[in-house]
Amino acid sequence: MEVIYYYDGSFDGFLSCVFDSYAHKEIPAGFSSGEDDVYTLFDSRRVSTDPGHAARVLRKIAALSPEAAVLLQRGFLTCLPEKELHLFRLIAKLLREGPGFLRNRSDGTLFPVIRAVQHLNGEVHLLKGFVRFSDLGGVLGGEIEPKNRVLPALGGHFAARFHNERFFLYDRTHREALFHVPGQSVIRPLADFQMAPPDEAEARCRLLWKRFYDTIAIRERENPRLRMSNMPKRYWGTMTEFQGEEYFKPAPAESPLLPPLPSGLLPDSQGE
Amino acid sequence: MDVLEKLTILTDAAKYDAACTSSGGTRTAKKGYIGNTSTASAGCCHTFSADGRCVTLLKVLMTNRCVYDCKYCVNRRSNDTRRAAFTPEELADLTIQFYRRNYIEGLFLSSGVFRSPDYTTELMIRCLSLLRERYRFNGYIHAKAIPGTAPELVERLGFLADRLSVNIELPSEAGLKSLAPDKTKGAILTPMRQIQVRNRQSREELVKYRHAPRFAPAGQSTQLIVGATQDTDFHILRLTQGLYDRYSLKRVFYSAYVPVVEHALLPARNVKPPLLREHRLYQADWLLRFYGFRAEELLDEGNQDFDTRVDPKCSWALAHLDFFPVEVNTAAYEILLRIPGVGVTSARRIVSARRVGPLHIDNLKKLGVVMKRAQYFLTASGKMAEGLRFTQDSLLRGLIAAERPLLPQQEAEQLSLFDAGETA
Repeated sequence: MEVIYYYDGSFDGFLSCVFDSYAHKEIPAGFSSGEDDVYTLFDSRRVSTDPGHAARVLRKIAALSPEAAVLLQRGFLTCLPEKELHLFRLIAKLLREGPGFLRNRSDGTLFPVIRAVQHLNGEVHLLKGFVRFSDLGGVLGGEIEPKNRVLPALGGHFAARFHNERFFLYDRTHREALFHVPGQSVIRPLADFQMAPPDEAEARCRLLWKRFYDTIAIRERENPRLRMSNMPKRYWGTMTEFQGEEYFKPAPAESPLLPPLPSGLLPDSQGE
Repeated sequence: MDVLEKLTILTDAAKYDAACTSSGGTRTAKKGYIGNTSTASAGCCHTFSADGRCVTLLKVLMTNRCVYDCKYCVNRRSNDTRRAAFTPEELADLTIQFYRRNYIEGLFLSSGVFRSPDYTTELMIRCLSLLRERYRFNGYIHAKAIPGTAPELVERLGFLADRLSVNIELPSEAGLKSLAPDKTKGAILTPMRQIQVRNRQSREELVKYRHAPRFAPAGQSTQLIVGATQDTDFHILRLTQGLYDRYSLKRVFYSAYVPVVEHALLPARNVKPPLLREHRLYQADWLLRFYGFRAEELLDEGNQDFDTRVDPKCSWALAHLDFFPVEVNTAAYEILLRIPGVGVTSARRIVSARRVGPLHIDNLKKLGVVMKRAQYFLTASGKMAEGLRFTQDSLLRGLIAAERPLLPQQEAEQLSLFDAGETA
């Protein structure tokens, strides 16, 4: 019997679905996390997230193949259409056949997942370089517009690099933000966010960077196609060097520097 | 002069240096310090400039004042250009400000020779110790060792920087004599040898004492200018191979000469930089470092320059057609690497995947093999790609067409000259 699974959209929720599908001996025809109730022809099952069930599923997978567990965690953050179905099939095949097929990247069940994870990893790698922070009165703030949910992977990188700083990174696509204070980081949904205009020192620094960027290119070697293939245009929107004139003008001194932040997280480090 | 103006002048003067990588760093985050080095083996690009090159470090000169008069260089003594110098404080502050905003991975500090090599190096050391000690900067630093600097100063520089480099620039001694009369081969190779030896010693000490200071942990690199002198590709590639073999260099960079000055001994100002040649040299460089090729296999006394039409690996394959086709299910890893269109990653994937079951042609694309090139040179389970028919001529045409979209635009236009004549 084919059934649509409704769950809360979390990774634990998804694993609970996997647990339930085995418990009820059903094959899921699709997954939905509430927002898009499109499937109506099939029977449906509402699965409530059970951390115990989720942990059991993950433990079983990790016992068969630790790499597969990592692949699933990463795969869940990708923008692969119907990612839950792809991941479910991967789990099912792993339980049915054992981990041997994971060696073969061209395997039909593995390939779509591994390609999606590679897309995510590629985006994470590029964003490690392309993220731009602004100094907002001592707190660093940045924005990104990624296709995949990159914050969990990016967060670790920036938390290590700037571990003594206080910073936040807003993901416009998924409307969530990473907050870091020395010693801890959290990712929280953030529906709306507007970056504050720069103060005198910040505007100056942006200008210095723009000047450096414009000067470092060798005119005789100009190659816009190469630049675009190395750095696709969709990243340019949040990068300092491609902003218009306004971006480099300091705001009047009385305007607020810090954007509204969720209470309890910043500035004190006692929060979580 | 304010910092913005200095930055403009000293960036403009530094831009011809090709090396801008942040790979090989080993610094992990440290309490009380800011930064670390990239964990990715390829380093981390923070942006790409209009010429498509990766920008990862703040690449500037300490000063563009110079007592030398190298004919090919924008900063030579006799050139009428604006001069500037950063104070160590200014540059250290700028680096930190850029680093905190994630504009850069670190600093690439080079310099014109101001007063003397020793004096200049002391300035650089002051700036780097400020960064490391006062600002507690734990990011990547690449510093230039200037030929002729006292060994004690190179030593101090090496403990502050992650990577050191000494630029050879001109690939032959004759070139040096005519174009860079103030430099000698000996003066360039001495610090190179010193860096190699100290780096090895420091790694040995590190095995015994966990906190032994690290000397240039990311190794050293150099740069060769291509197209300013008459040196052939064969000469340049053999020099490169010698540097990798005998000086354990991490990288050799090639810089297509951009005519910046009118001089009887140099190409005229209207000559375009030989970008395709530079590209072919980089391709060959990769073959030396990762694919187990030797310079003598790729070029020889009879063929001193690379074929501009196809890449060096295809070129080699075309000259060794009896080596092919290779059966991907049985060939050793080293043999797989010889197939055009199969790289280090896809070769590893093939080796891993064939343990599960026999591979067929339609598996290969998913393993990352570039079939446009590889199809002519391999079989999978005894079969070539379906419907593939080719002669030696159409093979060459196919390979040229497969690479064309990837080449710089102006080069592609140059290539179209060959279409009508040589390959038709």
